[in-house]
Amino acid sequence: MPCEDYPMPNSTALEVFNCEFLTMRCRLLDLAAAIDRVGRADGQVADDPRWQQLQQAIGVITSPDGNRAERVQMTFSLPYVENWQNKREG
Amino acid sequence: MHFIDPHIHIASRTTDDLQALARAGCLVVGEPAFWMGYDRSGTSSFYDYFRQLTEWEPKRTANHGIQHYAWMGINAKEAENVAFAREVIALLPEFLDRPNVLGIGEVGLHKNTKNEVCTLLELIELGVNRNEQMLFHTPHLADKYQGTRMILDLLHADSRTDRNRVCIDHCEEHTIRLVLDGGYWAGITLYPTTKATPERAADMVEMYGPERILVNSSADWGPSDPLAVPQFMAAMRRRGHPESLVRRIVHDNPLTFLNQSVHFNFRQPD
Repeated sequence: MPCEDYPMPNSTALEVFNCEFLTMRCRLLDLAAAIDRVGRADGQVADDPRWQQLQQAIGVITSPDGNRAERVQMTFSLPYVENWQNKREG
Repeated sequence: MHFIDPHIHIASRTTDDLQALARAGCLVVGEPAFWMGYDRSGTSSFYDYFRQLTEWEPKRTANHGIQHYAWMGINAKEAENVAFAREVIALLPEFLDRPNVLGIGEVGLHKNTKNEVCTLLELIELGVNRNEQMLFHTPHLADKYQGTRMILDLLHADSRTDRNRVCIDHCEEHTIRLVLDGGYWAGITLYPTTKATPERAADMVEMYGPERILVNSSADWGPSDPLAVPQFMAAMRRRGHPESLVRRIVHDNPLTFLNQSVHFNFRQPD
């Protein structure tokens, strides 16, 4: 959603928040509605690893620490295997 | 403002898309060889595809005033059969010699298997021996972090690699620092649901600066937007970034990277 008064790059957190708020709210509602949609459907996905990843990612978003986008990415990533050259199977 | 899309699959796009790109100010496109959505049945299919990228697509884009360059390679999804991949690799020198080919690309990993690595090593060897620029595809989704690190491991282990002539593409928040810290160019692909959005790409430029960053649409036959680079430009402007910074990312940086290819002969419009 365009913001006519988007602040300059060195602006305050409140100025950035003012411009991002409606987009954040919209995406949060999309997420909540999608989770509800899954919940209304037959069966359950609680044991699905992807569902657990989602729960973990939501926890990252609400945590006080920074780098949330990077940490959410890692939530959905397979781990790096050290010395993979020697360990990989055909 | 003019821009360059250094990674777009024109063979998968319509004439309407080319018109839209031209109207938006696109001057140059780079088209890497990739997976066309199905596994090809033989090397002759690859041969014709390489001809398409070097003969037919440049004519289509030229009709709209857009200069076209190609990258040659076998993609990771079709690299699992090492013997077959080796036959395709044998075709590449003929096309790498063509005047509108930038180098080896897009090559890389998909599911990070031993066979993919085997094929990739042969492609890197070809590229290094011919002093080619190289464009690397990094895996999708859950495999991206591991695959990106594996590609970097392979490149780090080869002292002949000129990192300033290598682009590691499809970087996201968890991989871009590794790539930039390694001295490579980092490509950010703008996709609607996977990879990065224009807003997140702008975030990464703000966090890491404009040095050695490229943005591209990688528009192909799947969910993608050939006008993603202009969308990124709009996102940067919306945040109040100066035109000089926008231009650096979408015009100056790709020119700097691509100018290192002996075949890149950019003609600035009058």
